[in-house]
Amino acid sequence: MSGAHDPREETRAANRRLLQRLAVIAVGMFGFGFLLVPFYEQICRVTGLRNIDRADTVTNTQVVTDRTIRLELDSNVRHLAWTFRSLEPFVDIHPGELRQVVYEVTNTTDRTITGQAIPSYGPLHAAPYFRKLECFCFAKQTLRPGETRKMPVVFVIDPKVPADLGTITLSYTFFEVEGGANDNQRAATPREPSTTTRSDS
Amino acid sequence: MSSIPHDHVHGDGHAGHAPHPTGLMRWITTTNHKDIGTLYLLFSLFMFFVGGVLALTIRTELFHPGLQVVNPEFFNSLTTLHGLIMIFGAIMPAAVGFANWQIPMMIGAPDMAFARMNNWSFWLLPPAAIMLIGSFFVPGGAASGGWTLYPPLSVQGGMGFDLTIFAVHIMGASSIMGSINIITTILNMRAPGMTLMKMPMFVWTWLITAYLLIMVMPVLAGAVTMLLTDRHFGTTFFNAAGGGDPVLFQHVFWFFGHPEVYIMILPSFGIISEIIPAFARKPLFGYPSMVYAVASIAILSCLVWAHHMFTVGLPAAGLLFFMYVTMLIAVPTGVKVFNWLATMWRGSMTFETPMLFAVGFIFLFTIGGFTGLVVAIVPVDIQLQDTYYVVAHFHYVLVAGSLFAFFAGAYYWLPKWTGTMYDETLGKWHFWCAMITFNITFFPMHFLGLAGMPRRIPDYAQQFTDWNMVASIGAFGFGLSQLIFVWVVMKCIRGDGAKAPAKPWEGAHTLEWTLPSPAPYHSFETPPVVK
Repeated sequence: MSGAHDPREETRAANRRLLQRLAVIAVGMFGFGFLLVPFYEQICRVTGLRNIDRADTVTNTQVVTDRTIRLELDSNVRHLAWTFRSLEPFVDIHPGELRQVVYEVTNTTDRTITGQAIPSYGPLHAAPYFRKLECFCFAKQTLRPGETRKMPVVFVIDPKVPADLGTITLSYTFFEVEGGANDNQRAATPREPSTTTRSDS
Repeated sequence: MSSIPHDHVHGDGHAGHAPHPTGLMRWITTTNHKDIGTLYLLFSLFMFFVGGVLALTIRTELFHPGLQVVNPEFFNSLTTLHGLIMIFGAIMPAAVGFANWQIPMMIGAPDMAFARMNNWSFWLLPPAAIMLIGSFFVPGGAASGGWTLYPPLSVQGGMGFDLTIFAVHIMGASSIMGSINIITTILNMRAPGMTLMKMPMFVWTWLITAYLLIMVMPVLAGAVTMLLTDRHFGTTFFNAAGGGDPVLFQHVFWFFGHPEVYIMILPSFGIISEIIPAFARKPLFGYPSMVYAVASIAILSCLVWAHHMFTVGLPAAGLLFFMYVTMLIAVPTGVKVFNWLATMWRGSMTFETPMLFAVGFIFLFTIGGFTGLVVAIVPVDIQLQDTYYVVAHFHYVLVAGSLFAFFAGAYYWLPKWTGTMYDETLGKWHFWCAMITFNITFFPMHFLGLAGMPRRIPDYAQQFTDWNMVASIGAFGFGLSQLIFVWVVMKCIRGDGAKAPAKPWEGAHTLEWTLPSPAPYHSFETPPVVK
């Protein structure tokens, strides 16, 4: 505590030197915390872990890509002067895949007719595995004279579909029915009394 | 280790020093390591009860399914502040309190290296504590995103988060100053002849802990500073809308957070390594391997942070790396546990309260270590992440680990600190009550977690009711048993008990036992010589 060669004075000087070094480490580590930010960005860029410039691509893991089913698209009319066809004769699809097919229907008569499409499946036991999300057959279709309409069917074939089903036929048949579709525009169209719908049975 | 006549030890007493102030000013202006150690320990005891009241409020709410006592927002604040207060207010200051009292006495130094900075490190804590507790009363309530302060909640929350961030800054600064002080004291002020490999284990563990603190506390300060600027100054470190990433915060936080859990346990390892040899009346088995084990734990602890983040979408290579490195920590930890067991092997053991807590520590800490290995397995962790299994795991290592070791240390050194023997009967009651109620509280949480009960929820599905009721009953028992400890400490401070001899434990050989009890205000003014 007195002389310059006092060992305590030497200890104090050594303490101060160590304090400075440790304080430098502490300040350096504070900076290191912020350095982790660009470091993190770099790691993510190099490894491609996180690319914020590109939107994530969503892949559907439910699709069974190693299995393909041919879906034949059939169309019929019953006592109805409409032309009705599928734009594609068949499509090849994977179970679990969301797919849209389009049918086209034309009213070739000179009167407004309302029809209803009824689906059927071949073979019949494929029906429970055929999941329609959107179909023109869900509603009545009213077509004015000469009108042509393209109508979608959106569907998924359940991945649990039996393995022996390699081909499924989806068949629609249009019947003429009473009443118009629930559409204001078409409902406003005057109906001709002579076009009373025949019974189809 | 050495034998020093007492008259040399505290020879001149107060003669060479100005008279210190008395009353409150004594405590505010004190630069004496023993006074500051006492302040740290009493502060942490107070905060332990504050955190305990929060925990018991949580357990009251969880006694039954449904919402009875608190609303969910307040419940979130309770879990957040319980964690923050227990970690930064109770466990860490208690460890620094032990360091202040014991390190100068154990290495034969007259005081800490920087006595004034020591005073400052302590007196930063009460303002931080006031900010933390006071945040309950600001608009929006206290921080409620969990003690880990994950964004986006911590960026979107109210003023309580700002107070928490400032409190963390202040407590971090306090810890860093305390660590610099401890490192300097240990490296520069050891008694002549005390080489590094002759230091008591407690001093070794604190040396390594202090280095860890200096390494990681500033990183936490950086992380919460980024939160603060994200909240108020338009930066977007963690805001995805501005090109930031919330997961980045988790990386930065756990770069601090994982070493932090070893910061909390290493001083406890040191205390246990002093107590087991003293009561087994054998030298510590494998002292060099203990030192290397502590050093390896410290190094490995800096390489495992992402095991807290197995569910954020890390690449498989990252998952495997962090899983294997985490499991590697079990090796040095196992070395320590087996060394303690080998120290006890064929020792002439007696089971006074410090030894009871030390043995309880080894038993329960090992259970906590094993559940740690379970959650280190990636596929298991993905199942158990954020369930009560994790809550059970870290309470086994933090309560039965750190806290039990501090109780052990307190009973071990209370005679030296106060000059009065603690009440052995009450101490044993405290141990057995704490031991039993601790397990009633936390063991059922393993079952709850495995059954799928998430943590941090105020309400839960009916099937979890039974074990939650058991845990709540245990928690109240555990809380009440701590009052026995307060009673014991009060008795010692009042001098109500047998006068403690200089060395009440015949198997203890470190330097502090060469001082009279209570330890004189100024000790080792003339350094002892260690042979």
